Amino acid sequence: MAGPMKIRATLAGGNTEVRVLMTHPMTTAQSGQPLHFIQNVSVKLNGKALIEAEVSQAVSRNPVFSFRLKGGAKGDTIEVAWLDNKGESNKIETAVA
Amino acid sequence: MSRAFARILVCLAFCAPAAAQDVKKEIERYRQMVNDGSPAELFELEGEALWKKPQGPKQVSLEKCDLGLGPGVLKGAYAALPRYFKDADRVMDLETRLLHCMVNLQGRSREEATKRVFGNADRPSEMESLSAYVAAQSRGMKMAPGESHPKEKAAYELGKALYFQRAGSWDFACTSCHGEEGRRIRLQELPVLLNPANARSVAASWPAYRISTSGFVTMQWRMNNCYQQMRMPEPAFGSDATVALIQFITVTGKGEVYRGPGNKR
Repeated sequence: MAGPMKIRATLAGGNTEVRVLMTHPMTTAQSGQPLHFIQNVSVKLNGKALIEAEVSQAVSRNPVFSFRLKGGAKGDTIEVAWLDNKGESNKIETAVA
Repeated sequence: MSRAFARILVCLAFCAPAAAQDVKKEIERYRQMVNDGSPAELFELEGEALWKKPQGPKQVSLEKCDLGLGPGVLKGAYAALPRYFKDADRVMDLETRLLHCMVNLQGRSREEATKRVFGNADRPSEMESLSAYVAAQSRGMKMAPGESHPKEKAAYELGKALYFQRAGSWDFACTSCHGEEGRRIRLQELPVLLNPANARSVAASWPAYRISTSGFVTMQWRMNNCYQQMRMPEPAFGSDATVALIQFITVTGKGEVYRGPGNKR
């Protein structure tokens, strides 16, 4: 089972700042263990796809992503989901504060 | 002596401290960058689940565990540790107290509960996640460990004495590394913990997420690992010695606002 995630979305100067934490081993080929890493991260704003990102093995264990969205309003729903190379996934959503 | 050479000598005398200052500033900048969005928060979430999970022969959770402010009171509990506990008749730090609750509340054996107190990135220990969760409930509060009870005073004195106690095959003491200002190993400063300014930042940031190992580290682990690095016999988990050292460091750093669980290199 995928470990916990944590998200925060706040309005700052007309933009929405999103910060999301993910629990993931992000195992690389160098470790000698089977590859296990997040491949896709998707962000939805009020249910509408906003970002489809591809992530590589170069990202650290337990990654932190933070980014700014133009606009946004208090109460908007931000959903962040990840999908790894083994087909495991997790997602979390929050309302913009 | 050529003028250029003389300039180099002058530089050796004066430029080096300036460069050291820059390095320190850069390290500080790096720390600030990683502080916002620390994976320590993920351990807090795990810890919360473990705190509420019924375990042991009695199948009860730790929610009635008395960390010093009353059964189940989490807010500010970490900031008031270590302290003397009447029911155990000894000074306890957070982890020692959690162990006490696992044994007395959940009915677990000490052997089982301490089988794996220090985890790793792939499998964090129960103690690590619980420490993250409990400590986080004291964020923004001033560190005020117990220091009025005679046993609290005795623990402080013992901790201070141990800080200077040279022993083991290398004849090391804490002061061998943490005894002179400005020393560091790679990027890691070695704070002199006799100096309240240094002890304060330690008290304010432990336990912490360790970036280089992607694991969570606790104060009991820090004491255990320092003794290992000094090539001394491994101290027992929650022993009087490790609790005394934690008492000494926390009392020296008292008054600082707790900002953790923090990030370590």
